[in-house]
Amino acid sequence: MQEPLIFHHSRPGRSAAAQYPADAVADVPEHLRRKRPAGLPEVSELQAVRHFTRLSQLNFSIDTHFYPLGSCTMKYNPRACNRLAMLPGFLGRHPLAPESLSQGFLACMFELQEMLKEVTGMKGVSLTPMAGAQGEFAGVAMIRAYHRARGDHARNEIIVPDAAHGTNPATATMCGCKVIEVPSLANGDIDLEALQRVLGPNTAGIMLTNPSTLGVFERRIVEVARLVHEAGGLLYYDGANLNAILGKVRPGDMGFDVVHINLHKTFSTPHGGGGPGAGVVGVGERLLPYLPVPIVGRDDDGRYRWLDERDLPHTIGRLSAFMGNAGVLLRAYVYMRMLGRDGMQRVAEFATLNANYLLARLRAEGFDPAYPERRASHEFIITLKRQAKELGVTAMDFAKRLLDFGFHAPTTYFPLLVPECLLIEPTETETKQELDAFIAAMVAILREAEQDAAKVKGAPYTLPVRRLDDVRAAKQLDVAYTEAESGA
Amino acid sequence: MSNIPSNLMYLESHEWARTEADGTVTVGITDHAQKALGDLVFVEVPEVGRTLAKGAQAAVVESVKAASDVYSPISGEVVAHNAALQGSPELVNQDPYGEGWLFRIKPSDPAELEQLLDADAYGKIVAEES
Repeated sequence: MQEPLIFHHSRPGRSAAAQYPADAVADVPEHLRRKRPAGLPEVSELQAVRHFTRLSQLNFSIDTHFYPLGSCTMKYNPRACNRLAMLPGFLGRHPLAPESLSQGFLACMFELQEMLKEVTGMKGVSLTPMAGAQGEFAGVAMIRAYHRARGDHARNEIIVPDAAHGTNPATATMCGCKVIEVPSLANGDIDLEALQRVLGPNTAGIMLTNPSTLGVFERRIVEVARLVHEAGGLLYYDGANLNAILGKVRPGDMGFDVVHINLHKTFSTPHGGGGPGAGVVGVGERLLPYLPVPIVGRDDDGRYRWLDERDLPHTIGRLSAFMGNAGVLLRAYVYMRMLGRDGMQRVAEFATLNANYLLARLRAEGFDPAYPERRASHEFIITLKRQAKELGVTAMDFAKRLLDFGFHAPTTYFPLLVPECLLIEPTETETKQELDAFIAAMVAILREAEQDAAKVKGAPYTLPVRRLDDVRAAKQLDVAYTEAESGA
Repeated sequence: MSNIPSNLMYLESHEWARTEADGTVTVGITDHAQKALGDLVFVEVPEVGRTLAKGAQAAVVESVKAASDVYSPISGEVVAHNAALQGSPELVNQDPYGEGWLFRIKPSDPAELEQLLDADAYGKIVAEES
């Protein structure tokens, strides 16, 4: 790294007074103050500014680079959404403020619930899950609550197709269910015969991602829904890839009973930074009584209020101290209001068009699609199996070399079903020029691989760090700074 | 090309099995599997004394790319596991059929071994995949 740790800039006694909370410190009683210094770096204001600015410039980000990370929907989040979510009235609202003083915020949340119902085709929505994992957990917990309420205690199996989002088996296990995997066919659709074999009196439900992580739309979803419902199970929709179908197809119309949506993906909150997020859930008729609380309701006189355990006695309960991450929910609300119904459809149309344009062009340039007979949804997979065999250049080598060309790498080696794969998702927010530049880089790397494979295998050359030792990074995690290292 | 010894038996899910002189069966993952996974960083082997059903999840191998379950090719009781893998998972990459073995099982129904694939049949599966 060319930028040392901030501790290495430190000199005893140096300080930046600008953000020193003098009043707050003075208010701490003597006996509660620490006896030893906290071991914080001691730098000037300018040193701090330069250090963190330089660090930020070492990163790839959506603000600086095309970021086609498949299954992640790294799209541009309009600044306006953030600006409006930070209006003083929102920022200053205390979560325990009386309902009468929170009518504006509650109205936004109520409308957000209504819009999400409309876009998913669901009957009820709860905004409270604070991340995708919590949304998934809430979804499967509701499915379990539904079966238990009917005295159907044997249903403890959750079916997960091998093309589902990777978190689904973990969620099912967290909810005390057994995971039953069903395979995909060579064309990417679910193997219906295999599905029928595992359906039965123990089936609690199925967790599906549609379009799947193979980047294709499950064409027989209505048939899948019929089979699962006939067996007494429910259908869970993982919203990981909702961007592809926004305003076009609704999970409720496909037959799903519960969906979770990552608002921090499709609805204007950046993600990949570890939060905060929002994994809101929507449910059909059967699961309405079990939604997590609180939910925002509107009384007959038009006043908004929190609905809690008294209103929904069968709720699976609370998932956060108040109601989710207010800032993320507000950004989603602003984004949806800005797009409107027509704009929502254009998101899906352009996301899909961009993906299919990239796929067609890359194919014409000699890359192999993993599912050649299928149209892409919002993302697609190319496999470099042939190049790995003939040229000795792998998907990882391509990914690393792309960094030198100024592009974040696509998702590599996922889904696991496809060898040497790149999962590419351009999103709707990229221009044709940017897509063309990416294609040109891919072609340039392919030519390099044919003429000078060692060059591609040695990449990256232009970044602050070269090829990392993945094994050492996984086995010798060293991310904590200790005083001993400071030499002080 | 990956190495597929002709004296071993195989599962479609890329495990190998070898019958030892004492009648126990040693289990590991194939050369093709270790290549596909890439450098291993962690291996979890089954406890000695655990009873496994044929096809049951028995071990976990985790590489820089992915974590994968390893399935037992046969029913029986685990009589030994390769403790060296805890500190040196790379043994599986270096020597998948030797030092990189995973566990040894005392079969409860040796006839199950006949259902496993021979090297030719397994070689065809690998050829299709690669």
